[in-house]
Amino acid sequence: MADAVIVVALLLVAGCATVAVLVRDPVRQALVLAVLGVVLAVLFTAVQAPDVALSQLAVGGALTPLLLLLSVRKVKRRKGRDE
Amino acid sequence: MNPRTRLCLVAVGGAGLAALLVAACLRLPDFGGDSHPYGERAVRASLARQTANTIASVNFDQRAFDTMGEMTILFAAVVGCVVLLRQTRDEHRDRPEPADVAPPVRRYSLIVLPVALVVGLYVIAHGQLSPGGGFQGGVVAATALHLLYLGADYRALERVRPVGLYEVGDAVAASAYLVTGLAGLIGGTAFLANTLLPYGTFNALSSGGTVPLLNAAVGMEVACAVVLLLARFLDQAVEIEEESGK
Repeated sequence: MADAVIVVALLLVAGCATVAVLVRDPVRQALVLAVLGVVLAVLFTAVQAPDVALSQLAVGGALTPLLLLLSVRKVKRRKGRDE
Repeated sequence: MNPRTRLCLVAVGGAGLAALLVAACLRLPDFGGDSHPYGERAVRASLARQTANTIASVNFDQRAFDTMGEMTILFAAVVGCVVLLRQTRDEHRDRPEPADVAPPVRRYSLIVLPVALVVGLYVIAHGQLSPGGGFQGGVVAATALHLLYLGADYRALERVRPVGLYEVGDAVAASAYLVTGLAGLIGGTAFLANTLLPYGTFNALSSGGTVPLLNAAVGMEVACAVVLLLARFLDQAVEIEEESGK
């Protein structure tokens, strides 16, 4: 049973990570990264590392996408003024 | 160096790395096996110091020096970001317009904010007992504050977030870790040695000697660091405008 959960979580992680690489738009990439963070947290919980899962959830699921989105917003604002 | 030699060098280096990795993987213990040499030793050491959460014992007792290095990396990284993202001479601030927030979003974030904040503080406070600890709880508490930006607006967030205080808090927390370590030295043992305080009763909030103290210091440092980091990013994204050109 635990093995099945690990395999499913691993497949989801591989899928999400591939999508994150293939998506070219930074805004969408940030959203995919947030999903990847959550899926990774599930994987870490399944392999009995709840500590790491918590960090992953907080940093990978919330903080990194937020910083990315804020950077994109700044860059877009600058572009909008230049044009 | 021409591209061909460079490619050859990369191939040689890559092949060497691959061979070493394969050799290392062949000697790894089986996945999910019964024998965990490192785990057994770590658990024994953490039980000897009455620390219920072995991970906290590894982080703040057995490898406290290592954790100090990690904390310093975060501190230095945030200082670097603050310096890079500060307002320069050719930029000025625009007061952001108050934005309309959809009522469900406002309701949801204002309900979740206190819950998330308490969860963050709980995770920090119970770091030596249950999964989690200073780092995780600090990030949760710091991001929880920013629900105010989603639920109300930027000015409301600015009111609960005096950046200067968080800068001081960041430095104080980092120093507190160092001072706790030095206390061990003054107490006649070693830097960051967990021998000064009584170990307490197993699974009680005050167990583990210096582990809860170091944990709290890291929690405060991380929370302040994340708030500062997000403050600088938000400043750049929302307020600061370039003056050059128009």
